[in-house]
Amino acid sequence: MHSLSKAIITGSCYRAQVARSAALRKCIPSTDTLHNQADQTMALQFEVLARFNRARASRLTLPHSQCETPLFMPVGTQGTIKGLTSTQLEDIGCQIILGNTYHLALRPGADLIDELGGLHSFMNWPRSLLTDSGGFQMVSLLHLADITEEGVTFQSPVDGKPMLLTPEESIAIQNKIGADIIMALDDVVKTTTTGPRVEEAMHRTLRWIKRCINAHKRPTEQNLFGIVQGGLDPQLRDTCVKGMVALDLPGYAIGGLAGGEEKDSFWRVVAQCTAGLPEDKPRYVMGVGFPLDIVVCSALGADMYDCVYPTRTARFGTALVPEGVLKLKHASMAADFRPLDETCSCMVCKRYTRSYLHSLVTKEAMGSQLVSYHNVAYMMKLSRDLHHSILEGRFPEFVQGFLRKQFPQGDVPEWVCNAMEVAGIDISMCCAPLK
Amino acid sequence: MDVINAMQPDIWASLPDEVPSWVTHKRNKQSVERTLNWLDSCISLKKDGMESGLGCIVGGNSVEERGFCAQEVAKRDVSGFCLSGFGLGESAEERGLLLEAIMKNLPDEKARQISGLDLPEEVLQAVSAGIDVFDSTYPHSLTMSGLAMVFPLDMEECLSGRTSENANDVGSDFTKINLRAVAYRNDTSPILESCRCYTCSKHTKAYINHLLNTHEMLAQTLLDIHNTHHYMNFFQAIRNAIQGGYFADFKAWFASRRQAVNEGILVSSAA
Repeated sequence: MHSLSKAIITGSCYRAQVARSAALRKCIPSTDTLHNQADQTMALQFEVLARFNRARASRLTLPHSQCETPLFMPVGTQGTIKGLTSTQLEDIGCQIILGNTYHLALRPGADLIDELGGLHSFMNWPRSLLTDSGGFQMVSLLHLADITEEGVTFQSPVDGKPMLLTPEESIAIQNKIGADIIMALDDVVKTTTTGPRVEEAMHRTLRWIKRCINAHKRPTEQNLFGIVQGGLDPQLRDTCVKGMVALDLPGYAIGGLAGGEEKDSFWRVVAQCTAGLPEDKPRYVMGVGFPLDIVVCSALGADMYDCVYPTRTARFGTALVPEGVLKLKHASMAADFRPLDETCSCMVCKRYTRSYLHSLVTKEAMGSQLVSYHNVAYMMKLSRDLHHSILEGRFPEFVQGFLRKQFPQGDVPEWVCNAMEVAGIDISMCCAPLK
Repeated sequence: MDVINAMQPDIWASLPDEVPSWVTHKRNKQSVERTLNWLDSCISLKKDGMESGLGCIVGGNSVEERGFCAQEVAKRDVSGFCLSGFGLGESAEERGLLLEAIMKNLPDEKARQISGLDLPEEVLQAVSAGIDVFDSTYPHSLTMSGLAMVFPLDMEECLSGRTSENANDVGSDFTKINLRAVAYRNDTSPILESCRCYTCSKHTKAYINHLLNTHEMLAQTLLDIHNTHHYMNFFQAIRNAIQGGYFADFKAWFASRRQAVNEGILVSSAA
């Protein structure tokens, strides 16, 4: 591993120089642009604007909006981000939000959404949407879900009847919902699973993606992303990446992570997958998450992220700030008249104090709404900071600043140090000397 | 008064000993005496530099006590009057008599506020009697039941006879519609076509129906916006009617529409 990472750093330094001068000039199109312009029938265009080693700042054009990556996508499970209006999300700068196929298919139902013109129309969200396949919810929410070659069999939560979600059915539902990006049904296993089940799931995922492609009725309007599985096993991951890449999909996701695995294993899988996935397509790490994880994954070459964390933690009274988190329920917040984050220019930080929010959180709906608003705004700012720092050739400085704020004592976790070494970013000045 | 002095409000009211309409005559008298004593205490404890408060008027269901209390409060250094203990079980007729008994003892140039009246007809009756300011939880309590306010505010609105046999079956009527009802599942119209609030400009009944059924927080936000907006517009319509000199007609028109709906001549706009 040592010699491998050395080789990567050496190669990357050269590319970093090239990237920096390209960023300064800014007007030279990369080969990626030319490639995408040639293919007009795709419902997605992805243009890498600048790089630092493996990190990229890109422009992602979808049917409903144009986005800048790296970006974070908030999760609107049931056709709403809990407590926030479409206008607020637009004001905050969200470009893509998620809907959960499983929940929407239950209520209000895929046929109703279709009848009413698709999810964009139903919830009046003018920008982009992404739906997942429904598979993950089923496996994690339903006790008696069982996976066979045919699909996921489960008991309907409504009336207990046996039901089956096949790749074809998942795509059919997603075609009705109408999101800009749809996800293939994959056989996802917990990262803590070991043994032959992991390999079985990876191969099945490759067989299912082909069924998903065949079932997809709207390829010029909706982008089907494949999901790389394989647990924590590098060889399985490699096989899966190669199998996915051969299908020339509009984009790829790295799945099966963010499930409680060791952080040191997590980043290595991300690094391996980003190295193997094509340069000119977006890479989406599902279920991530914490700001620190997003910064690391972006340094390793990922572009898109989703997680319920910012909005869920808001409802428990936790605000995201550059230093980490602020627990608003804590007694010390009762008389703290500062805004949540002095560097934040969102509506909540402009108008409200920690003290006031302390009195609201977990008691009033407005507490959830205000902290959610700030937390989503924070994640959007993080996305913009990542994009612009790469674009403007100051990505390492941004990472260093970010880590200093989060770890003022210099106690940067070892996994972050390991990952940054592979990413070719010097963070030695952020880490306290080893005793 | 410690709390009021700390909060520094623009308007404040003294503390009343409020009683419902069915208490004994003795208890009622006691509440009047106590309220006047407490008013005097509040006035003496008021912080220097703060505005005078509203004096609370109690007296339950007794015309005599109401009149007496009003007279006494009017003698104190108050900026206006807060009529307490209404909306607690008195009938519309009783309320009319009580309001009259109070109003004839109050000076014209000071503000009169009333708490606890919700329904449009109650508001119209109180405005007739001379009330200036209302506070209530009506818009929000409708929201919490999944109801949206829909009563018309414009006398010139065309009264078409749209059929809607089952409107009343789903808990909808002349004033409000029940957005949890299955009938609205695929209704792509806004709550009220003529409404310019955020909710009606951006969202459909179908979407709100879905949010209510999935217990999503956004349902409350959208309904609160519409209900508050509509109720405020109702008060604007009242002000317009008074300034335009046709308030009595407006009040009568409102009552006649309700009556027509009740008699089945006119169907509610919940169609």
